Amino acid sequence: MKFLRLMPGRGEVVLAEGDPRLSADEERLVEEFRRQLDAGMWAAVPTTDGSSGRREAVMVRDFADIPAGAERVIFFPRAAGG
Amino acid sequence: MSSVAFVVVALIAATLATYSLATRLRAARGERRRAPRRSRQAPVLDPGTERRAERRARTLLRSIVNRDEWEMYRDLGFIRVIGRNALDESGTGAYCYLIYPHKPIVAYLAGSNSLMSEYCVEFPDHEERMYGPKLPDSDDVLAKWMMLRSDEEGLIRRANMHLPGRQVDPQQVRRDLWRLAMWERDRGVRRSTAPAAMEATG
Repeated sequence: MKFLRLMPGRGEVVLAEGDPRLSADEERLVEEFRRQLDAGMWAAVPTTDGSSGRREAVMVRDFADIPAGAERVIFFPRAAGG
Repeated sequence: MSSVAFVVVALIAATLATYSLATRLRAARGERRRAPRRSRQAPVLDPGTERRAERRARTLLRSIVNRDEWEMYRDLGFIRVIGRNALDESGTGAYCYLIYPHKPIVAYLAGSNSLMSEYCVEFPDHEERMYGPKLPDSDDVLAKWMMLRSDEEGLIRRANMHLPGRQVDPQQVRRDLWRLAMWERDRGVRRSTAPAAMEATG
């Protein structure tokens, strides 16, 4: 699983990478996930609908909410009225 | 008497001139000393940085959205997303959104192409000091797409809603809807002729 963050002037930046099935990696990923949310980021996970094959996304507020088998979690700044 | 007055005036003038010259010299020396410090502090921005960031953002967008949505963005410069609470599945009466980079999301009725509203929403990164708070164009589109696909109501609630025409020219939107219709028609034609062409060549 990769944690990516959308950043001005850079595009996406890899924040962390690891296999959540390994406890050491999971710990590191949970820590990074919390750090990003504490920094005011939102997290979304790109998904694919099993039946239609359409690509979707789900917002996650907790590491435990990340769908099993997700390859990427995208962090981006919170939405604000323009 | 007049020569004494002349000498006094000359002395005053000389004093003032010396003072003025000394002040200017001091200011010039200070300016010279400050100048290199300023140039050391100023960030050196590579002019290709934004282009490279946008290229990365486009690659990411392509890997996340649906193929037709990516091709729509590549060819037309925006993505159309059908609203989740659409009135019916046939598309008649359904509402859609047009996602433009760094512009409000435009909602419209798919059947009549009537513009409904603009939703102004941004994703400013206030932590970023060097490049400013704006995401690359395609990252802005991706953030809007992910929000619309996952939490449409949340996005609409956070956005500032305005009547059509406040920031996006309605004529431009109508032209874009026409371009979208033409684009979809051409794709339909290409899809329907592709199997025949393959049979002919096969």
